[in-house]
Amino acid sequence: MDFFPSFQPACISVSDLTRYLRMLLESDELLQEVWVEGEVSNLSRPASGHIYFTLKDSSCALRCVIWRSTAQRLSIRLQDGAALQVHGNISLYEASGQYQLYVDQIRSAGEGALYMEFLRLKARLESEGLFDPQRKRLIPAWPRKIGIVTSPSGAALQDMLNTLRRRFPIVEVYVAPTAVQGAEAPFGIVSALQALNQSIHPDVILVARGGGSIEDLWAFNDERVAYAIAASAAPVISGVGHETDFTIADFAADLRAPTPTAAAELATPDQEDLRLTLHDRVASLIRSYESSLDTQRWKLAETQGQLRMFSPLRQIRENRQRLDDLTRSAEQAMLYNLRLQKAHLSGLHTHLQAVNPLAILERGYALVTQLEDGKIVKSTNQVQEGSGLNVRLADGSFPVRVTAPPSETP
Amino acid sequence: MMSGTTPVEQLSYEVAFAELEELVAALESNQRPLEEAMALFERGQALAHHCARLLDQAELKVQVLSSARSVDADEEG
Repeated sequence: MDFFPSFQPACISVSDLTRYLRMLLESDELLQEVWVEGEVSNLSRPASGHIYFTLKDSSCALRCVIWRSTAQRLSIRLQDGAALQVHGNISLYEASGQYQLYVDQIRSAGEGALYMEFLRLKARLESEGLFDPQRKRLIPAWPRKIGIVTSPSGAALQDMLNTLRRRFPIVEVYVAPTAVQGAEAPFGIVSALQALNQSIHPDVILVARGGGSIEDLWAFNDERVAYAIAASAAPVISGVGHETDFTIADFAADLRAPTPTAAAELATPDQEDLRLTLHDRVASLIRSYESSLDTQRWKLAETQGQLRMFSPLRQIRENRQRLDDLTRSAEQAMLYNLRLQKAHLSGLHTHLQAVNPLAILERGYALVTQLEDGKIVKSTNQVQEGSGLNVRLADGSFPVRVTAPPSETP
Repeated sequence: MMSGTTPVEQLSYEVAFAELEELVAALESNQRPLEEAMALFERGQALAHHCARLLDQAELKVQVLSSARSVDADEEG
């Protein structure tokens, strides 16, 4: 920022100065988150819905503004003279050059005391380990029984039941009714928790209450309630007041939900999601099944191929061919053998011809045999005068008779 | 695996769905005899139908404990 150049003291506009001051105020952290206590005066509620007032103490005054959006959710009735603690940020209204507090929270001065008590109790229970992260139990994803500790007549119960009905109607709901504000409420809440744990054994318990002033929610800042929540057998989800409300019960619970409806949401899956997931699983199931069928089909085809390869039909065909081959070889062997025999025979025949004793007859020799007994006559001793003989020549034979006694060749 | 014996109609949503997921995983692992795969598939379909039917037919059952110490209920809007 260069409002005051050093070389020449310059004059700046009111607007420039005002914006500079506004920037200064808004850049101060302390002034952006501040609680201020005082008494309300000059309260004004124009038709715009915004609220203007002055917060005073014995010696000073502070202009305050509450925008309509904030004013609508205030749980405290503003009136002149009320002692209040207000929270907000300091800024500058440029048109009038006036700094003022833009309020976003209000509590009664009495609430301030309650708040101190709240802080003390929180610190004590914390030091006792009641809020330790290790103590927190997991909320089951799909509860079968849900216990609800709340007022039976409050809108919070209907909100939770509607939410459960919409998200997860399978669940069984057990409502342990109790007062949720007033002096009896802490004891009622503790009893309701115990009753649920003893007789129902729910999977999760919702401890809930709709929005209200800090005094209305005070039962949930009771140490008995905190101990009962920590001691609950079933995990506890707290849903007390609005998003901005924090109670001791919230710290003691296993899970804090900003509202009763949110508690019911945190306790259950949404059936829309379940249906989507279910649909998805069925698709996977079909896909896996088809793929497993495909694998089977493929294996079958493969095995069929193998089967064909080892089929006896194939062996038979093969054997038949071998038989043909063998038959052909046998025939050839036989033919060969036969030819061999023939050649042998013809050789023998020639040989036989060569040694045929009758062949000599061709050369003029004669074969003489006894007429009586056909014995070959080799010696003169075998014949006498008058013996009948047979003479065989090459081209025939004839009988003869010995007409003279045989004589020996000299 | 745990698949198989309890009649599907008797299973809670949670148990039925858990078994369905297991079946899908088992089928996806793929080394299954055909008969087993068929059985798994049929059971899976039955489980899925059962789950869907549970969601379709469910009506929130609300029971108010009378034994809980009921202090008069006040408050709240």
